[in-house]
Amino acid sequence: MKRIEAVNDFVIKFANVNGSGSSSANELFAKAILRMGVPVSPRNIFPSNIQGLPTWYEARVCEKGYRGRRGGVDMLVAMNPQTWDADVAELEPGGYLFYDNTRPLPPSKFRTDIHVIGMPLTDICNAAYADPRQRQLFKNIIYVGALSVLLEVDAEAFEVLFAAQYKGKEKLFDSNMRALHLGRDFAREHLDAPLGIRVRRADMVGEKIFVDGNSAAALGCVYGGATVAAWYPITPSSSVAEAFQKYCARYRVDPATGQNKFAIVQAEDELASIGIVVGAGWNGARAFTATSGPGVSLMTEFIGLAYFAEIPVTIINVQRGGPSTGMPTRTQQADILSCAYASHGDTKHVLLFPEDPHECFEHAAAALDLADRLQTPVFVMTDLDIGMNQRLCEPFEWREAHEYDRGKVMTAEDLEAGKDFGRYKDVDGDGIAWRTLPGTHPTRGSYFTRGTTRDAYARYSERGSDYVYNAQRLLTKFKTAAGLVPQPVLREAARKTRLGVIYFGSTSPAMYEALDVLNDAGIHLDALRLRAFPFPQVVEQFLSDHDEVFVVEQNRDAQMRSLLVNELDVDPARLVRVLHFDGTPITARFITHAITQHVHAEVVTPQRKVRNRKLRERNA
Amino acid sequence: MTYLAKPRLHHPSLTVNKVGYTRRDYEGKISTLCAGCGHDSISAAIIQACWELDIEPHRVAKLSGIGCSSKTPDYFLGASHGFNTVHGRMPSVLTGANLANRELLYLGISGDGDSASIGLGQFAHAMRRGVRMVYIVEDNGVYGLTKGQFSATADRGSKSKKGAINSDSPVDLIGMALQLGATYVARGFSGDKAQLVPLIKGAIGHGGAAFIDVISPCIAFNNHAGSTKCYDYVREHNEAVNRIDVITPRSEITTDYAPGDVMDVLQHDGRMLRLRKLHDGYDPTNRLAAMNHVQTHQAHGEVVTGLLYVDTDASDLHEALNTSTAPLNTLGRQELCPGARELAKLNAALHCGG
Repeated sequence: MKRIEAVNDFVIKFANVNGSGSSSANELFAKAILRMGVPVSPRNIFPSNIQGLPTWYEARVCEKGYRGRRGGVDMLVAMNPQTWDADVAELEPGGYLFYDNTRPLPPSKFRTDIHVIGMPLTDICNAAYADPRQRQLFKNIIYVGALSVLLEVDAEAFEVLFAAQYKGKEKLFDSNMRALHLGRDFAREHLDAPLGIRVRRADMVGEKIFVDGNSAAALGCVYGGATVAAWYPITPSSSVAEAFQKYCARYRVDPATGQNKFAIVQAEDELASIGIVVGAGWNGARAFTATSGPGVSLMTEFIGLAYFAEIPVTIINVQRGGPSTGMPTRTQQADILSCAYASHGDTKHVLLFPEDPHECFEHAAAALDLADRLQTPVFVMTDLDIGMNQRLCEPFEWREAHEYDRGKVMTAEDLEAGKDFGRYKDVDGDGIAWRTLPGTHPTRGSYFTRGTTRDAYARYSERGSDYVYNAQRLLTKFKTAAGLVPQPVLREAARKTRLGVIYFGSTSPAMYEALDVLNDAGIHLDALRLRAFPFPQVVEQFLSDHDEVFVVEQNRDAQMRSLLVNELDVDPARLVRVLHFDGTPITARFITHAITQHVHAEVVTPQRKVRNRKLRERNA
Repeated sequence: MTYLAKPRLHHPSLTVNKVGYTRRDYEGKISTLCAGCGHDSISAAIIQACWELDIEPHRVAKLSGIGCSSKTPDYFLGASHGFNTVHGRMPSVLTGANLANRELLYLGISGDGDSASIGLGQFAHAMRRGVRMVYIVEDNGVYGLTKGQFSATADRGSKSKKGAINSDSPVDLIGMALQLGATYVARGFSGDKAQLVPLIKGAIGHGGAAFIDVISPCIAFNNHAGSTKCYDYVREHNEAVNRIDVITPRSEITTDYAPGDVMDVLQHDGRMLRLRKLHDGYDPTNRLAAMNHVQTHQAHGEVVTGLLYVDTDASDLHEALNTSTAPLNTLGRQELCPGARELAKLNAALHCGG
């Protein structure tokens, strides 16, 4: 029988029951591999449930450093009888199935083309522990111990991790080490180790950090100077607010007075969350909320107000599967249009698309600057895949010299000096007007903020000319925004090509890998990673430089493609959809397959010819 | 309403308060509400209260939702920043503004549609949170701007201008404010400025969430026989529990009252509220008794007014959150950013997952 043989390049999937304590054990396993200098990218696949439903942890070990989901499973740790059949079916031929063989299973439950490794985990636990809770928790550590032998993961790596985790808690350290060795000893004595897949010490992790995007975004808000946070719990964004609380407790408590240099309100709903952020932004404090699609839907009226009344607002949207309640614990990039054009009337909003936790940090801090500079809502469009999974990424960076950009705020001195104050007047030609904060000057600079139309001096007006002036100015401002947002990143193909690909956000790691694979197969693509909307000029250039551009995204309706067509007047026929939307993170295999198929089909009927023919017909 | 622009010039003999402003300096733009609208009387009462308390107009932020009442912040305190937000959401925006700068005085102006219907949730939660503000509901039981539909505070059995009878139970904002933890709860009547001005002054000096329900008859759509929010009905059924005077501790007390008839309440701002009791044994510092009293009288169709409840020990959201004394909107990079060195430490801790 075939046996998968691979060093530092395999996918292992753990099938567990939610609430059984498995996730921390699985995380421990991943971190131990990282400590051996081998990159690993884990993903939690979990249900909207606290206890009892199936949950999976899929870890991709990859020395080359590809961090996207690969697709396929080389080894399965089957700890959940509920999902056994589907889990086993997912294994690659020649793969490995590790399971608890305390109770025998009929042969029909197994496949003949895989390697089966049974271990009496329940028996071992029952013999070693009397307490049911301990039996449950340590079972996880025991299988991690056994796996470490099967896959040749160093025992010392675990020891270091336990020592860090249980600092000052000697008893816990000892009991965990004991469980680990129970597993290791059994595997050494009774199992055929090592397997064909294994880990070998390497030096591929470098300075990289291992962190989840939600924590990173929260830290970005701390560094970016947010002082007011208002939120309503919603998966998968809740941990942004919780991490903000944690980091604020660490970094933002005045050591002299014990007072907090932040205010966090868990509001009654998303309407109140965004209302609080709008109020704080209006009054000159940097404020943000974190939410997901359903929350954005509720916030849209306020988002329109903030757009029209021009109030800085930062919204971190950790996207999940929609519409409606959708797939609350699965990932998608399906709020692009609903955020880009959120609210009634003519509205457009700034969107940022971080690719990983490193950029979640960077973009969250940048969003606070941009919101102040542009006096408008700015969305950080992350998603569940980046937000709730720990990802190996570049260390966070902060330029010590970076000053917060508070935008155009008139001071008491400006007003005293008699500077003309037209709250909605474009004096600098960039569409951004000056504002004043409440309480600035006794007699000058006060104005009435409203969602109704007004003239350049903030006086209520329903005159068409006043309305048009304002609406056009907002467009000018949006154009200004295109130059201020994080610019796209271009990766050129090894040789000149008429094909391009556009992608963004959490698709990045799968895309990088797909580009390598496609390149090896002779398919050359120039790749442009979008990092923000409005689209800077280079996006238009990229589109005109290529005959055909694939737009890879994780939603059904090709929302980014629609946005490109709508905003840049590009011929839709030149933008080819590559869409993944089943709720799992997109894989390199999926992208490679979709693009390869299209390119091969084109060899038979080139798109260009089809288009030219259509054009001739039209002109005839 | 009037179409005449107000002259900017003041009569030289107008009295100036301690911070150097005349009463006229607290005015705003000309009201666009109907002539005789109760809301304009409330605006006048706010102007009077702020002038008497020597509040600098620019240290006030006035926020509102949507509706006739919510338009009024444009008609008083023209030197203050104002924010006409979205329907029913003034409380959240005010909460955020208050968190950003704890040093300003926050006036929240709302109506019965704005607070009791679309914004009932935000009204309730702002009370729960104890946001320090003066929350005034200009309550006329009707939707004025959309021409006369019943609002959620219209009494059951009340008649609309077109003759329809309201079959829904009213939302009792006073009862809710008491239950939800508001620490200053009062009801006034736009037709009784002598009572209303001190109620507003008391609310301004209060250290927590102050709520005033002001019955403010709608001249255009709800001032007819059969309505329980018309001038005549409110005048006939007005049951004031007390009259208040706001006094500074040092000012001389000249009037003599029989012992037991007055009650002094020390306010957050250092001023004293002197309550002259109109109802035997009414104790406005007893929340449960206040609820009982109001409910009992309401059941008889009476409109209970006055300072219904005050918690002399009130605290606010900033105290609960332990926020810095310096307003959050004054803090800069120096105070807020942990810096590159801390980040390097954090990176080291996150290296390989720690």
